[in-house]
Amino acid sequence: MKKFLGEYGMVLVLFALFVLFSLLTLNRESATGTAAASRLSKEMLATMSSKAEVFVVGAVRKPSEDFARLVAADLGKNEKVNVTQVIGMPRELRQAWDTAEAEGNTPSALVVSGDVLKWTILSALQGESPDLEIIYPTERMVSDFLKRGNLLAIVDRIVVIAVIAIGMTLVILTGGIDLSVGSLVALSAVIATLAIKVMGGLEAGGGAVWAGFLIATLACGAIGAIAGFLVARFEVAPFITTLAVMLIARGAAFMMTGGFSIYQVPDSITWLGRGATFGIPNTVLVLVVFYVAGHIFMRHTRWGRYIYAVGGNEEASRMSGVPVKRILIFVYLVCGLCAGFGGCIQASQLATGAPNLGVMFELSVIAAVVVGGSSLSGGSGRVMGTLIGAFIISVIQNGMNLLGFDSYLQQVVLGAVILFAVLLDKARQKRTSSVKH
Amino acid sequence: MSESEVKPLLEMHGIHKRFPGVHALNDVKLSLYAGEVLALLGENGAGKSTLIKMLGGAHQPDEGEIWIEGERVVINSATAAQEFGVAVIYQEFNLIPELTVSENLFLGREKTRFGLIDSPGERQEAVRWLECIGLDIDPDSKCGDLTVAQQQVVEIVKALAVDARILVMDEPSAVLTDQEVERLFQVVRDLKERGIGIIYISHRLDEIDLIADRLLVLRDGQYIGGGAVSETDRDTLIEMMVGRSLEKDFPPRDVTVGEEVLRVEGLNRGKAVREVSFSVKAGEIVGFSGLIGAGRTETMRLIAGADRGESGEVWVNGELISKRSPRDAITAGICLLSEDRKEEGLVLSHSSVDNFGLPNLGRYSRKGWLDNRSEQNEFDRYRDDLAIKVAGPDQLAGELSGGNQQKVVLAKWLARRAHVMLFDEPTRGIDVGAKYEIYQLMNRLAGEGKAIVMVSSELPEILGMSDRIIVMKEGRLVGEVENGPGITQEDILALAMEEPASV
Repeated sequence: MKKFLGEYGMVLVLFALFVLFSLLTLNRESATGTAAASRLSKEMLATMSSKAEVFVVGAVRKPSEDFARLVAADLGKNEKVNVTQVIGMPRELRQAWDTAEAEGNTPSALVVSGDVLKWTILSALQGESPDLEIIYPTERMVSDFLKRGNLLAIVDRIVVIAVIAIGMTLVILTGGIDLSVGSLVALSAVIATLAIKVMGGLEAGGGAVWAGFLIATLACGAIGAIAGFLVARFEVAPFITTLAVMLIARGAAFMMTGGFSIYQVPDSITWLGRGATFGIPNTVLVLVVFYVAGHIFMRHTRWGRYIYAVGGNEEASRMSGVPVKRILIFVYLVCGLCAGFGGCIQASQLATGAPNLGVMFELSVIAAVVVGGSSLSGGSGRVMGTLIGAFIISVIQNGMNLLGFDSYLQQVVLGAVILFAVLLDKARQKRTSSVKH
Repeated sequence: MSESEVKPLLEMHGIHKRFPGVHALNDVKLSLYAGEVLALLGENGAGKSTLIKMLGGAHQPDEGEIWIEGERVVINSATAAQEFGVAVIYQEFNLIPELTVSENLFLGREKTRFGLIDSPGERQEAVRWLECIGLDIDPDSKCGDLTVAQQQVVEIVKALAVDARILVMDEPSAVLTDQEVERLFQVVRDLKERGIGIIYISHRLDEIDLIADRLLVLRDGQYIGGGAVSETDRDTLIEMMVGRSLEKDFPPRDVTVGEEVLRVEGLNRGKAVREVSFSVKAGEIVGFSGLIGAGRTETMRLIAGADRGESGEVWVNGELISKRSPRDAITAGICLLSEDRKEEGLVLSHSSVDNFGLPNLGRYSRKGWLDNRSEQNEFDRYRDDLAIKVAGPDQLAGELSGGNQQKVVLAKWLARRAHVMLFDEPTRGIDVGAKYEIYQLMNRLAGEGKAIVMVSSELPEILGMSDRIIVMKEGRLVGEVENGPGITQEDILALAMEEPASV
């Protein structure tokens, strides 16, 4: 049982958070689906007196818009009722109302749903015309947290952190740390967008976008490799090496752009961060592909095993013929590549490259790795654990946003979560070290 | 001494301790009287460490009672141990290398005057303590600059300074030279005079005769027996420890020496290794003898590529190893079983199988992809062959006993099928039974035509195992003898201590 908790404790924590936030964000909401629409129109036709004047109201670009169109289409097939479809904001409803009133066709009923139900104009209109009937579909309990849109927002928000966290996991497994990833996100986004700008700017094709991403990612990989070389060859502390790289990369990003954002990029740049393939958002696909690859690499390849060994005991690994220096350079290279690709995703999501992106990302990334169960002293941890850690952090942030926690309190809670994770790690270590000499 | 009316200083009985998968101590009892030395004996993994960690407050018994001077006590922390007058000197010293001797002596109970540390006062008292134990060192020297023997005495002084009545010493002689051991014994005899009770752990049975009054033997976590040292003969003692009698200390072997396998020419590294040249033939075991610090370990590390020297060549089977890193040496067929297996031999936080596979992944992977099954199968084969006791595939190397750890290191190098095997103190900290198994294995490897070099500080081991003996002193080779019945410990010692031949 103890062992189970040690291995899967964090999965349980994530699950508990899902349940907690699902319950806490439960809200009454009217149904907006197709079935609800046809049911509602049938009921209305059965009770409606002939020649009724009906407004069907939907908020623009909300679920209630689709609902309004469905109901209007259903009702419009019938001669009995005179349907007016109103799609827009409260202002549009008022205009339509005034026009109808002027023509002597004051509506006897309004069909509304979803957000429209909350419009204050409804009660105002009822005040003007006491006979006005407000018709809406039956209400049900819906969790804001579990809505598809919200779950995708969680992924969108965490994808950059989570991708970088794979590289960071490798670095931390060797007992190192990489503080430069936040700055590399900015540098990568800037290099990518600058390259795209040079290759055609707003009119650039898809090939140019991908070329820009590739150049930026490779550049960050090269910077990571240099940091790794300094760590491996000259035994400079990773903390200091990557702190220096962090400053250099951030400064370079500002110098390259003169401090401005680069937005001369085609719309196609957003495919990676906002697009979808076969109906699955690309960010979700990126996470799946990267994490599966990372997991397989660490569990089933020689170099994966070597990374664990170097972190567990560098000297014993060296004496066993493990190419320790190459391994160290490799993990920083991978971390740089991940940070570079993360920067590309960020640039894609924002359709902009700015030198102030990714500030403090390194801390979120490290937090994700640690919450995911990797030990900062190296040698133990899992790539999949890091994914769980990233989600725990993102879910907590998202849930607190939905519940209206202010951002200062959010920081306090996140800090407490990280402490909790570290304490859990210590408790687990105690179990394994109690029989050591 | 242990007359019935005299109350024991320390009494433990009915002690049980369980760890995941191990019953480390099973109904163990122990009694210690004032002014005596009790030798605590047993193989590695017998439970000695667990028992003394209870006295130091690092472990608590699951069942059982501890009585000190007629009072039942619970030792649940190192502070509590100190309050009850128990001091434990572990193999890893608790000294802070950056602090001076007197600062270390008063660590945690600093003398103060007006709220500030009274350094002169501390120094004076430190001098008094050092004098009374007969240690001539400057209390202002940093502990990190002292020799291991001096550090050990500082630990003892530290224990005395807090009025310890019970002193536990875990293999104090393991890292000392013979002269240093003699000095240590003088200190121990002096402590006896003062009425301090001493629990002394050692693998060197010769020492027990010299220093201990009574002995107590543990095996597999159980109390096996005890009694006065003068009434227990060596054979009975070994039988108690290993559960069977050993025919001989060293297994016999047929020697067939073949072609030259390893040739070393002109190795130099600072003052540690100077102009070292020698060669080893297939099937030969060459023993490296010498005092601690003579440069034997450093020589082995140079051959294995662990350190880089200024000059020198290493040839294996007539081929020069051009680049030298551990990786290159391993590829060329040289394996080093290092002296310090916890630091250099094993990744303690990983499983035995992972450790076993580390230098052999080339064989257990295809194009970089691991073949876990063949790795596990091979490990199982070596585990059965070497009788390694592993609780399960997930058991960490750090959880194994010393002997089993050494066997895991051996297995990983055996699987490399190297031509040259360098054993640096292969039996240090290893119990009598496992020692014999390792000797047998070395003989078997020699029989298979490997070239074997063994560094050892134990002369009987050197004489018992080697075909040829090379003696080092101050980084140089100072003597070489063919081993034979006529060679005695004195001959080797004489070589090790004489002035180096001028070069």
